[in-house]
Amino acid sequence: MIDIQGLTKKYGSFTALDHLDLKIEEGVVFGFVGANGAGKSTTFSILSTLLAPTSGNAYVNGISVIENPVAVRRQLGYMPDFFGVYDQLKADEYLDFYAASYGLSAAERATIIPELLELVNLTDKRYSYVDLLSRGMKQRLCLARALIHDPKVLILDEPASGLDPRARTEMRDILKHLKSMGKTILISSHILPELAEMCDELGVLDNGKLIAQGNVAAIQAQLQADKELIVKVLGDLHKAVAFFEEDPYITSIEAFPEKETITFLYRGTKEQQIQMLKQALLADILIYSVNEEEKDLEDIFMSITKGAGES
Amino acid sequence: MNQKLNNPVLMKELKLRFRFFKSITGIMFYLGAMCIFVVGFLMITTQFTGSGYFRPNQSYYLFIMLSVLQMALVMFITPGLTAGAISSEREKQTLNMLLMTTQSSWQIILGKLMSSIAFLGLLLVAGLPIYSIVFLFGGVSPVQLITIFFFYFITMLAIGSIGIFFSTYTKRTITSVIATYGSMVFLGGFTAFFFYVGIIVDQTIMMGAGALSPLTYFWASINPGALVLSILSGDIAGELYDLAGIEVPLWIPYLIFYLAITVIALWLSVRKLRVNMKRG
Repeated sequence: MIDIQGLTKKYGSFTALDHLDLKIEEGVVFGFVGANGAGKSTTFSILSTLLAPTSGNAYVNGISVIENPVAVRRQLGYMPDFFGVYDQLKADEYLDFYAASYGLSAAERATIIPELLELVNLTDKRYSYVDLLSRGMKQRLCLARALIHDPKVLILDEPASGLDPRARTEMRDILKHLKSMGKTILISSHILPELAEMCDELGVLDNGKLIAQGNVAAIQAQLQADKELIVKVLGDLHKAVAFFEEDPYITSIEAFPEKETITFLYRGTKEQQIQMLKQALLADILIYSVNEEEKDLEDIFMSITKGAGES
Repeated sequence: MNQKLNNPVLMKELKLRFRFFKSITGIMFYLGAMCIFVVGFLMITTQFTGSGYFRPNQSYYLFIMLSVLQMALVMFITPGLTAGAISSEREKQTLNMLLMTTQSSWQIILGKLMSSIAFLGLLLVAGLPIYSIVFLFGGVSPVQLITIFFFYFITMLAIGSIGIFFSTYTKRTITSVIATYGSMVFLGGFTAFFFYVGIIVDQTIMMGAGALSPLTYFWASINPGALVLSILSGDIAGELYDLAGIEVPLWIPYLIFYLAITVIALWLSVRKLRVNMKRG
């Protein structure tokens, strides 16, 4: 459904997007993860035909965003991270304007607008001025706008940003419903646990490059090169530390005598880990417990985006 | 309705413009200013001169003054209506969503322009009853009135297009408004000044005996005030033709110049509105 090939965007000497290659199948909910300035919004803007790439190309349902942007717009519904609304229109007038802008006939508009308002739980606000809606309601109205021409692909840039927990839950439920309708959805978000829950696949962008792609487990495997091991030892902790310091696969070793614990980062394979522990026991190091610290997506995000510029 | 004929932007703008009392207040102030001018003129010519009556030939002067005043109002109001057409959408963060629709750039630009012209058209039409006072006293032909209104329309179109042009090219509305009013100062004031300087220079060089240079005639031909005077006063028009030695009526270069501005400004705006995806 979406095929991004070598997409690059440069602003002078700054590279916002660096040869991005990505394929997203039809019906998949794909989450973009990355710090501010990682290139998420740039990717979305190019896909939405609002920004021209410096090089590369992107295809939506087989249509090039460069060669045929008008046809791409028919396939896409886009909800930007920051958006305004026409405050002095009523909710149904707002949707009617966009429906007409996509060339829908009056009869089609009369059918689809109540349906969409129901989908986003705004039926009772149909005749309210947009100005009077809460932020969450405006967000849902904007989502309805993005769906007005029944697009195959939805691009949602931070759809839950600035929403309270209730509004976020409502938004998540709507997205689940859209997923069940078979829409291909691209979402970027900073609320990673929610993204992990909603998305079939994730892509991690860092400095304009895709550094990992796959489901949550695969992303964790790809990014978590060093696992954190917690070893509990009886007896001489210094002897144990000296032993583990000799292992070439161990880095960042720390001892906590009061807890009889040593923690270290280990980058060897499982087999190498077994060998290391056998050798430790043979060297009279009294290991009575070994645990591997589980890192969640948030931890991984924090570690890969460490030092990334806030923009 | 065919999407090419239907213009959602125009419909939306008209709805927003006429929905609230602000526009009605604007029209009322406009008509109020016109009324004060007409009543003031009548009082000056009847009460303060001591004659106590209104001579029919004075109604013609009233018509000329009203026409020049109306042209000045058109030049003053149009930039305010069009200079924020696109930049305000950008500032309100609604432009990207508008550009994501399948409307053509021409539809968006023309919708914005036409909605502003429609409001100005309403202003002018609402002022017609005040204009009709001159018909009460005679001396003005309906053809002159129609001609004047036609040139109001041409001028509105050109100034509106200039406003849209700056609005598309500048990021902030305030910059666009300043640039558009700057253009109005040039068209209304500088051209008159250049014309005046041209007359002095031409007559000094020719010792008062020769014709005006084509450039001096050009400055007059693109000045809206000079156009109104040349249409309404045969004497002024004749004098100008005699001085310049150019037989072409002033309205012809005016029409060509303002239509050219309209086409060029709109074309450039359409080109700029959406990004060219092939040119990264």
